[in-house]
Amino acid sequence: MIILIVCMVIVGAGLLRRVQVFEEFIEGARQGISTVVRLFPYILAMIIAVNLLQASGLLRLIEQSMGVLAEHVGMPKEVVPLAILRPLTGSGSLVVAQGILSTYGPDSFVGMVASAIQGSSDTTLYVITVYFGAIGVKKIRHSLLVGLLSDLVTVGAALLLTHHLYN
Amino acid sequence: MMNAIWGVTVILCIGYVLVGGKDAEGVANSLARSGEQAIALTLGLAGTVAFWSGINRIAEKAGLIKALARVFRPIFVILFPSLRSNEPILSLIVSNVCATLFGLGNAATPLGLEAMRVMQAGSLRKDTATDAMCTLIVLNTTGVTLFPATLVGIRLAAGSENPMAIIGVTLLASLAGLVVGLIADRALRRYFRP
Repeated sequence: MIILIVCMVIVGAGLLRRVQVFEEFIEGARQGISTVVRLFPYILAMIIAVNLLQASGLLRLIEQSMGVLAEHVGMPKEVVPLAILRPLTGSGSLVVAQGILSTYGPDSFVGMVASAIQGSSDTTLYVITVYFGAIGVKKIRHSLLVGLLSDLVTVGAALLLTHHLYN
Repeated sequence: MMNAIWGVTVILCIGYVLVGGKDAEGVANSLARSGEQAIALTLGLAGTVAFWSGINRIAEKAGLIKALARVFRPIFVILFPSLRSNEPILSLIVSNVCATLFGLGNAATPLGLEAMRVMQAGSLRKDTATDAMCTLIVLNTTGVTLFPATLVGIRLAAGSENPMAIIGVTLLASLAGLVVGLIADRALRRYFRP
């Protein structure tokens, strides 16, 4: 719905301002495609790392060792994999979140916590890889540290709010 | 930094499999499938990014982004003091953040990448992140979204009574992360001088 209105307003405004809407759309789309092509190697590298973490069982090991700690701070252990994957992979965490919602129910406490984590944070590592990767910046300074810190705060706030409202 | 993280992850995982006597075959298979998955993801992304780049180009030519940037400009001048007099980059950043705010992730990425490219063009060390680049990264990694459409979609599909009930929580939680992220960005940048 939002998308339809946004498109209508933009194309409408373009016509009003006598913009060559068709030619400009084509040119923009052309630039978009070349951006994506430049992005491919970075996406590949990310998928390799996430696949290795999952297939080697290292992710599950981290999950188990952190399960006890998670329960201490009020995070259901079922959502630990999601909290770990969220900053790493958007599609990966979406799949995990979907699994949690269908197993425990979207309106259960576990489902609400999973929804809150999935919806309030973005894939920090992916954003950093893509944004710096596309322009070839190698020295990323404090950005990863800050990104992960803010993810931690977001997850903490999400936990606090869901506990307060739904538990 | 990415070299260390990526490299150590790969070595650790493979080492864990070899030393721990795990199913090496299965891990090798999942590694081999990575290329295929990356192509699928890139292709899936290509259509939407091209679509939004096209729409954004119309919006830009129609002066809509400029109008929006004028409204939000004061906030962004505070966040990006080094870009105070650099209207083109500020407009790119404002529209990138606005697209993120409306949950148009695929529209936000090309704008953000363009902003990064222009900031790099004006920087002396091409391989090093500037202060402004790091702040833009914080704005994008916190993912403050008014309407998380994908999440509402999977909640609806899982049979939720009220799929949108979570929106207040997601907005507040991501705002908390954003505020702490922006403060940490300001506080830490001097310790990570290139």
